[in-house]
Amino acid sequence: MAGPLLATVSLPDLATFLIAAAIVIGGALGVVLGRNPVHAALSLVLTLFGVAVLFVEENAQFLAAVQIIVYTGAIVVLFLFVIMLLGVDRQERVLADQFRGQHLVAGVLGLLVLAEVLLLGTGHWATGARATTGALNRPLSNVAQLGRAIFTTYLLPFEITSALLVVAVVAAVVLARRFDRSFGGDAGPTPEETADVPDGDEATGR
Amino acid sequence: MTIDGSWYLTLAAVLFTIGAVGVLVRRNVLVMFMCIELMLNAANLTFVTFSRELNDIGGQVAVFFVLVVAAAEVVVGLGIIVAIFRRKVGATADDPHELRG
Repeated sequence: MAGPLLATVSLPDLATFLIAAAIVIGGALGVVLGRNPVHAALSLVLTLFGVAVLFVEENAQFLAAVQIIVYTGAIVVLFLFVIMLLGVDRQERVLADQFRGQHLVAGVLGLLVLAEVLLLGTGHWATGARATTGALNRPLSNVAQLGRAIFTTYLLPFEITSALLVVAVVAAVVLARRFDRSFGGDAGPTPEETADVPDGDEATGR
Repeated sequence: MTIDGSWYLTLAAVLFTIGAVGVLVRRNVLVMFMCIELMLNAANLTFVTFSRELNDIGGQVAVFFVLVVAAAEVVVGLGIIVAIFRRKVGATADDPHELRG
């Protein structure tokens, strides 16, 4: 399905793709196989950076910048912040089955997913309608094209996105605040009860 | 001549598979969440590849919205994880009985 590769591809493109692909796969394996959650988060940074390089290679410069800023700048920092806040950066035996045959089932399901997606990738897959929203090969920069599409064709989804972000902010505030008894009756233990209990079994009230 | 799009699609398929297997194998909730991010990135890579192949900016717009939704999802998900860990320190995905009211 790959076609003749070396005959048609220039060497810098090929080298960029192969190195970025190696970074992406290596980082993803680091996320899955890393014992320490902090190491998994740092491997996630590696994968996201590799994907950003691939975005540049595919002429999506704005998305590459947003990928770096939003994902590695905000989301992974949020992950690391939660890891440090909760103190869960302890080791975990990754390769130990939690129930019998878990890794076997996971491997079979993973192979099924891979085979299915690769099967869908074969054949003449690029059969969709071409350039319905806006052609990429117009003499505009990537940012200008993306901005025109977002603020004309996709204006309503863009506005709804703002509502989604407000909902997420309110939800984060509600979830992260400590409930007191005056808030809703049976709202769980007070902060004083939960703060001093190292093991959470007593804190659940059972 | 740039790389053929099917190479990007193959890479995205492998990345998606690694993320899916990670969700199935790991029991740390935070790491499972990171594996979901891996799958989202595989989908984003597919979107950008088809955007280039079909000469349509709509795929990149879709990736833009996926990024926004992923940010909101991470905020809410991590809030839920913090709330769970506040109730029971060291909870894993193997503790579903904690879900009962």
